[in-house]
Amino acid sequence: MSKNTVAITGNDATAYAIKQINPDVMAAYPITPQTALVQKFSEYVADGLVNTEFVTVESEHSAMSACVGAAAAGGRVMTATAANGLALMFEIVYIAASSKLPIVMPVVNRALSGPINIHCDHSDTMAARDAGWIQIYSESAQEAYDNTIQSIRIAENMKVRLPVMVMYDGFITSHGIEMVDFLDDNVVHDFVGDYQPNHPLLDINKPLTYGPLDLYDYYFEHKRQQAEDIKNSKPIILDVAKEFKKISGREYGLFESYQLEDAETGIVVLSSTAGTAKTVVDELREEGRKIGLLKPRVFRPFPYHEIAKALSHLKAVAILDRADSFGAFGGPLFTEIRSAMLEYGKIPENINIIYGLGGRDINQKDISGIYEQLDEIVKSGKVKERIQYLGVRE
Amino acid sequence: MTTNKKGWKEIPKGGLILEAGNSVKYQTGSWRSLRPVRDEDKCTHCLICWVYCPDSSIIVKDGKIKEIDYDHCKGCGICAAECPTNAITMKNESEFRSEQNAKG
Repeated sequence: MSKNTVAITGNDATAYAIKQINPDVMAAYPITPQTALVQKFSEYVADGLVNTEFVTVESEHSAMSACVGAAAAGGRVMTATAANGLALMFEIVYIAASSKLPIVMPVVNRALSGPINIHCDHSDTMAARDAGWIQIYSESAQEAYDNTIQSIRIAENMKVRLPVMVMYDGFITSHGIEMVDFLDDNVVHDFVGDYQPNHPLLDINKPLTYGPLDLYDYYFEHKRQQAEDIKNSKPIILDVAKEFKKISGREYGLFESYQLEDAETGIVVLSSTAGTAKTVVDELREEGRKIGLLKPRVFRPFPYHEIAKALSHLKAVAILDRADSFGAFGGPLFTEIRSAMLEYGKIPENINIIYGLGGRDINQKDISGIYEQLDEIVKSGKVKERIQYLGVRE
Repeated sequence: MTTNKKGWKEIPKGGLILEAGNSVKYQTGSWRSLRPVRDEDKCTHCLICWVYCPDSSIIVKDGKIKEIDYDHCKGCGICAAECPTNAITMKNESEFRSEQNAKG
């Protein structure tokens, strides 16, 4: 291990990434399970270790509003939130994206109320999936650290110029202590580079307007631009990952395939549960079972062609969602992937498993049970129940 | 569909307006349902309407009211309400223009 390896929580690792990024402005309001991140970063500010203007706001709605103002003014801006905090800033979350402001925001995934709950699921950021932000999910504290640093480059790329959410699982990753490799300060500094403002309000020689009324005559055209810009961010995300590999040795793509190439059945799952599932894959592979895993990293823009292709050779696939979309035909990942699979002639049998809502634990036995169910589906050629709830009491 | 406006590839991104001072190009007069009409015989050119008009639509030249800028007057009626000599009357816009030649 290199000398920069430390045992640290996901929140502290992400706070350290923000310290190394050293943004011009951070406006944030504490909310469990993100609180420790903001608290740690405010210590860096108090100790004079960063040049950041830290804005203590009275709510998340104000946090995102301050971020929008600071980013429009021409600064490199960050914030962080979770669950109900994201819900409270929702109005301005859309405005940040539609105004093309490259704000980077770690979101520590937590269940949305109600009933009130502080533990992990993905209902918060899944609710924000149509806001126009790039969304990147992280499996571990290491990935949260790495994705936060990469997101600065992605957001600020002149061809993208969109805000980015970096997700990691509440408590599981945010408060669990893991080994994380930190890059040197100067390496991160050089990687993110100096901020290049685009149409800054503070350029008094070029007065301009942010956020004017935009009715039926131009609003649609601006939405069409957003659709194009987020689509075009995909190759930029991959370019940034390539460059990041050069400084870190760690590899990132739009998603991670684990033992998938020769697999007959597979599971698709986001974030920390992918870590648990990899252990199950390893154990069952030792028994000779041909199983694999696909862990999406970038959820927006959704790599539908790539994911559908990567799954197309499977006989059956279980798509796991840690968020429900009440009344829909399955959870958000399921509806995206099942729809994407129509791009390829041969569609694997597929089921959707809603799991882990409000922090309900999912363990190795649960996951091996899913692989067993996939085997049964392959044998019988029949899906008994397309959309299932795993771990809920009947 | 309006076809004389620019497409999504041609307009500034993010809904930004990159040139300052262009709100004069937005002819808010099309919003008006009541039109202020000034009676030259009653008007004393006290300029109270000019002071109160929220859209700077009372055009004054050499200290006297020259005209009302109907391209930008929204027909709020404040001028008529404030006029001390009742020289301004709000009249239904339909008396002046049909659907076909409405500005906006």
